[in-house]
Amino acid sequence: MSTETLEKTEGGAQSAEGASPYITATFRIRRFNPEISADAIWEDFQIEIDPKERVLDALHKIKWELDGTLTFRRSCAHGICGSDAMRINGRNRLACKTLIKDINPEKPITVEAIKGLTVLKDLVVDMEPFFQAYRDVMPFLVTTGNEPTRERLQSAEDRERFDDTTKCILCAACTSSCPVFWNDGQYFGPAAIVNAHRFIFDSRDEAGEQRLEILNDKDGVWRCRTTFNCTDACPRGIEVTKAIQEVKRALITRRY
Amino acid sequence: MTDEATTTAAGETRGYSVDNPAPVIEAPRARRAKTPRAPRMNFEMLGWLFMRLSGIVLVVLVLGHLLIQLVLDGGVSKIGFAFVAGRWASPFWQAWDLIMLWLAMLHGANGLRTIINDYAERANPRFWLKMLLYTATVFTVLLGTLVIFTFDPNIR
Repeated sequence: MSTETLEKTEGGAQSAEGASPYITATFRIRRFNPEISADAIWEDFQIEIDPKERVLDALHKIKWELDGTLTFRRSCAHGICGSDAMRINGRNRLACKTLIKDINPEKPITVEAIKGLTVLKDLVVDMEPFFQAYRDVMPFLVTTGNEPTRERLQSAEDRERFDDTTKCILCAACTSSCPVFWNDGQYFGPAAIVNAHRFIFDSRDEAGEQRLEILNDKDGVWRCRTTFNCTDACPRGIEVTKAIQEVKRALITRRY
Repeated sequence: MTDEATTTAAGETRGYSVDNPAPVIEAPRARRAKTPRAPRMNFEMLGWLFMRLSGIVLVVLVLGHLLIQLVLDGGVSKIGFAFVAGRWASPFWQAWDLIMLWLAMLHGANGLRTIINDYAERANPRFWLKMLLYTATVFTVLLGTLVIFTFDPNIR
């Protein structure tokens, strides 16, 4: 779903023994520093790096050895925290899950901040509108009645119903790849709808109707144009557009 | 490691410094807790459903229309005042054309409305483009309806 991996097909004859695994790759990074200039510029960095390393390793190398002012977010560096979503060669990916050999290091590799959100510095964007949309869909279990004394049981089939959307790591790769979100940022965005889907189709939750009403809004699911950018961008392989369509269907069939 | 890596940001300072920073870009169109919510209604859902349903009907109506007008019975050369007058003598073709007119105009107008919402970023152009669209739609629908109902085959 995220990045296609290149499998080595030229069989047998490996390159000369003892040859360096390193290649020289150019990283063309979109730099922006509001304290220096109101304009963003592209800046090239050439580094020697093993193509089996990840883009995040290259960014580390640049920051630690070449230019300490390069600014980007990363936390776990293993594809779980969702901090380092960025636009690499024009597609939204996680820098920590993208191997350099998979994105053609012979040409300059472009790295820029995700679109549709205000850039604060270099690759760091203001995620507040994204998380506001997330909070708006009430992404938590809502129940009525007394608390059970044991865990809330659920059948395997009921759990399977929303299994796909539990995988979201809130990296914003989907929302910031959505052309409708780029326009005015008022659309809830795929990530918020995915996280609403996770509770709307949870048999233990009782606020599905409320969440559906929220997503029935002018800027809710009906602004989705099914361009599938979100499904292509999701580093977790969530079928985002399918989830959005299921919410649309629920809005129509649950009421009429 | 290489000379290319030297920062070019210094060349772009334009007099900005730590004490005189460049203007910070404006906050996005944020949806904050205090932002008043739009009144909840089903209009967007009904619009979405209308597009799907009218689309299905229009496939039949429009393809049938094109087939009759342009392909069958001598093609486009047969169309004249007498051909139109003959067709509109029948309530069936009147109804066909009326339904096609209304569905196609509303379908197209709703599609353009969503496109304007998606592409016009500022509030003012967005409003005026939609007003222009609604005016043109109402005018065309009313004029077409008027013609279908008041058509006089004996006009001189």
